[in-house]
Amino acid sequence: MKHLLDVSDLSIAEIDQLIDTASDIIDNPEKYQEKCRNKKIATLFFEPSTRTRLSFEAAMLELGGSVLGFSEAASSSAAKGESISDTVTVVSCYADIIAMRHFKEGAPMAASLKSNVPIINAGDGGHNHPTQTLTDLLTIKKEKGRFDNLTVGLCGDLKFGRTVHSLINAMVRYDNIKFVLISPEELRLPDYIKHDVLDRNNIEYNECTTIEDAISELDILYMTRVQRERFFNEADYERLKDSCILNTEKMKKAKDDMIVLHPLPRVNEITTSVDEDPRACYFKQAMYGKYIRMALILKLLGVE
Amino acid sequence: MNIDSIKNGLVIDHIKAGKSMDIYHYLNLEKLDCQIAIIKNASSKRMGKKDIIKIDTELDIDVDALGYIDKNITVNFIKNGVKVKKVYPDLPDTITDIIKCSNPRCITSIEQEIHHIFKLTDRENGVYRCIYCESLAKEHNA
Repeated sequence: MKHLLDVSDLSIAEIDQLIDTASDIIDNPEKYQEKCRNKKIATLFFEPSTRTRLSFEAAMLELGGSVLGFSEAASSSAAKGESISDTVTVVSCYADIIAMRHFKEGAPMAASLKSNVPIINAGDGGHNHPTQTLTDLLTIKKEKGRFDNLTVGLCGDLKFGRTVHSLINAMVRYDNIKFVLISPEELRLPDYIKHDVLDRNNIEYNECTTIEDAISELDILYMTRVQRERFFNEADYERLKDSCILNTEKMKKAKDDMIVLHPLPRVNEITTSVDEDPRACYFKQAMYGKYIRMALILKLLGVE
Repeated sequence: MNIDSIKNGLVIDHIKAGKSMDIYHYLNLEKLDCQIAIIKNASSKRMGKKDIIKIDTELDIDVDALGYIDKNITVNFIKNGVKVKKVYPDLPDTITDIIKCSNPRCITSIEQEIHHIFKLTDRENGVYRCIYCESLAKEHNA
């Protein structure tokens, strides 16, 4: 049984294949309209989400399949104290594939040990979010045309930001990647990622605290939100939430072909005036998210 | 101090001083009906002080799992009063239900009856990580 729990579960060849399929879907959507006829995806979202859940559901619907599930823990048996194991054992009787988001780290891994159908990790706390990473990779491929020779700025909450952790894990496998880590001291990238991922792969990186320090050298600026739900302490959230904000003034210092990505939702970390800049790719990125999830569903269901 | 030799059983030797009760509890030795000797702070040329456990019954144990608790131990198997085998544990690839994940955000903090599983991710440095959240295992071999 193939699951997607972490982006490193996929080889570079498999990622390339997913990107090729997604690109083909974008070019020839009619070819795929009936590929998942009579197949069902269960979206089990124990934590709220707009984009990820709807993009999974839109992906399955565009493949001709159908959708069931819940969008918050309160409307599931989890509210009655049911374990993940039991929920998944039951749901895998009803659906052909499961996309799960959970506030606890490793919940999809626990689910995969019990499930009879493929599990897709749609985000597990601050840990991993592999389909966001696949979305990011498809966006980079479509907008930059390559995965190598890139200087990638990661900005905002690098401590709890699971999309950043997953993206780093994926990008270190390509040649001549450099990271610039832009965050306040308190939200810096965890040491275990610096040591186990960046250092072990001999990846060049440096750390700074403001966007202005780095923006002129970047090929990609990946913005993230400082997430209230990852803080145990409201005071810390309030103190740090405005640390890294991108505006049109700062964009003037960026390369003409730099792209700005953001996993969304944004709060105030990118001012809306930046949206009109052609280098702002975050809404396109959300669109690409549906196509890469279509490709992933096809792969995990073994549909040719 | 005199402690009788055992006829058929195990001698777990070279336990770091103070760790014998960890091994006692891990092996559930309190449930056995046989004679068990726990020797704490015995003199050792190599270690200065060490603990030893002698178990006077044949017991099937996972020696490598003991290696996670204390990588320096040796396990001697005794048959008819004679040492028939001496085993040096290796670090196991996975350890199950020996330690618990200490990350409060990990699924193991709420999921009932879930197995606490850690995977060896760096053999050279003896690093184990939770298979669910990838948090580091607490150091046992310090």
